[in-house]
Amino acid sequence: MKTKSRRLGKNTKNDLITYGIVIAAFVVAEVMQATGSMSSLLRGLLVPLCMYSILAVSLNLTVGVLGELSLGHAGFMCIGAYASSIFSVCTRETITEVWIRFPLAILVGGIFAAIFGFLIGIPVLRLKGDYLAIVTLAFGEIIKNILGSVYVGYDANGVYVSLESESSLAMGADGTLLINGPLGLSDVPLDANFIIATVLLLLTLFVVLNFMNSRSGRAVMSIRDNRIAAESVGINITKYKLIAFTLSAFFAGIAGVLYSHNLGYLAAKSSNFGYNQSIMILVFVVLGGIGKMRGSVIAACILTALPELLRELNDYRMLIYAIALIIMMIATASPKANAFWEAHSLKKFISAKKENKPAKEVQ
Amino acid sequence: MLSLCLGCRKLTFISNLISGISLGGIYAVIALGYTMVYGIAKMLNFAHGDVIMVGSYVVFMLTTKAGVNPYLALVISMVACTLLGMTIERFAYKPLRGASPLAVLITAIGVSYFLQNAAMHLFGTQAKNFTSIINFEPISLAGGQIVISDETVVTIAVSVVIMIALTLFVNKTKPGRAMLAVSEDRGAAQLMGINVNGTIALTFAIGSALAAVAGVLLCSTYPLLSSTTGAMPGIKAFVAAVLGGIGSIPGAMIGGLVIGVIEILGRSYISSQMADAIVFAVLIVVLLVKPTGILGKKYVEKV
Repeated sequence: MKTKSRRLGKNTKNDLITYGIVIAAFVVAEVMQATGSMSSLLRGLLVPLCMYSILAVSLNLTVGVLGELSLGHAGFMCIGAYASSIFSVCTRETITEVWIRFPLAILVGGIFAAIFGFLIGIPVLRLKGDYLAIVTLAFGEIIKNILGSVYVGYDANGVYVSLESESSLAMGADGTLLINGPLGLSDVPLDANFIIATVLLLLTLFVVLNFMNSRSGRAVMSIRDNRIAAESVGINITKYKLIAFTLSAFFAGIAGVLYSHNLGYLAAKSSNFGYNQSIMILVFVVLGGIGKMRGSVIAACILTALPELLRELNDYRMLIYAIALIIMMIATASPKANAFWEAHSLKKFISAKKENKPAKEVQ
Repeated sequence: MLSLCLGCRKLTFISNLISGISLGGIYAVIALGYTMVYGIAKMLNFAHGDVIMVGSYVVFMLTTKAGVNPYLALVISMVACTLLGMTIERFAYKPLRGASPLAVLITAIGVSYFLQNAAMHLFGTQAKNFTSIINFEPISLAGGQIVISDETVVTIAVSVVIMIALTLFVNKTKPGRAMLAVSEDRGAAQLMGINVNGTIALTFAIGSALAAVAGVLLCSTYPLLSSTTGAMPGIKAFVAAVLGGIGSIPGAMIGGLVIGVIEILGRSYISSQMADAIVFAVLIVVLLVKPTGILGKKYVEKV
């Protein structure tokens, strides 16, 4: 057994560290909650922190692993939120057990988002670079726009959909309004909590990290690194691109489920599902490190908590956030900074010490 | 009776078309800034929309608080935006030259947040009512059945002048041709003795000055001014630039006009809430048929 555990691959060890960090953070948060040393502000942030982490990890699958810039991630989140909320509202009476209803809602949200990810992915993934980015942004805005103004209701005769107003649905007297246009859904059951959110985050990480180490994941990464070379060794480009994109949409949908079931109401606005939100998630991904899932989680947590923790600074917090963002980017990504970090890195310092000893192998 | 009704429908269509062209002109002017910066620095300058907002605020403050002549205020605003654009380029983008495009994109987003929040601090969260600086009689055609507002006329005229002037500048003058050269091949341009950094700074300066003009035109027609005024027009103009083929100056003009006309026609004939969705849907359809935009260059992939 001992030798087996020692033979853990480098990837597996790395993944285990990631899970460990999440679990440790969860335990710390639970202990803080139990001892009452957590402010109500931070307590309210726990589920959003998990939600943004899931979003960042899932977007990192598109941006880091697939290598395509997507600016419409919030759109998939929006679809997941609406599909699952409709499901929860409709089945509230029939399935009273939360432990059955909420997992089903999560599945519904994820699957609907994945279906749309697949359908949108077919045309979008033919494009390249900035054109792809702007088309994903366009799809995200269209989704938000339609779901933010649609009226849906049902009665004994069936389901009614209208873009005009509630009265134009022309339902029977027994009709129930499901989505009230820009006001959305008002009575979503509050099924989400911190434990479920953490479990979902772990699940997302587990699937995504294992996907990266799987045959499909390596195929996707080979497309990212060199599309022509990948194609020439017989990798089906469209298939693997779609797999990664759909998977990414699936988890964005799950984050949407958490969003609506944590707030208790749902209305698609530009502040929650607009392109600004998609960009926010992209910021997490880029600052955390492209293709680095652990970094995504950490960056999502820090950048979500930062503006809230800076609340004492009141109006200045977003200003500080903006400046911090610019400085962080320049400090980590500019060529001069890279040269500086390389010259002063810890690794070099250690290896410089080692150089005093005779070198092991000379090539 | 029927023919009369058809006639007035046609007239409403014409007046809608004209306001669409007017909005399209504004988008085109903003899109020019996007496309020039993209062509030269290969970056999406997300903060461009917020420069528009700053330009409008400068004019608003000068005319209402200091009582400056509106046209002088416009000139001051253009100078201020030029300086702002060059400052942003110098301090936020220049250190990242040679870094990954995503890093530059995120920095641009940071600059955009910064400008929006700084404006919110300086000018308050309350939306301001922008008084149009264009004041003459509206033009009425067809016996008063079509009334074209003075803002529309000026907007169309100004955007046409800007487009012509910019085309001439880029194709005929030395700095303009230097811009073309840098956007074609930065390394080769440098070897030919072109000051690449200076050219990039010049591009940002011109783009930002155009943004100031676009801001004033925009706020003269749609007078609500707040710290997020520039965001959505900025995105639409970006869509316009992509639609026309990003990096191409005539493409930005065509894209801007197309987006403006579609938005106004969609708003008046299909659904007012869906106008944005229609614009984005058109973009998607065009890009699926022509993946590099209307006038975009074909990208040849080398192995």
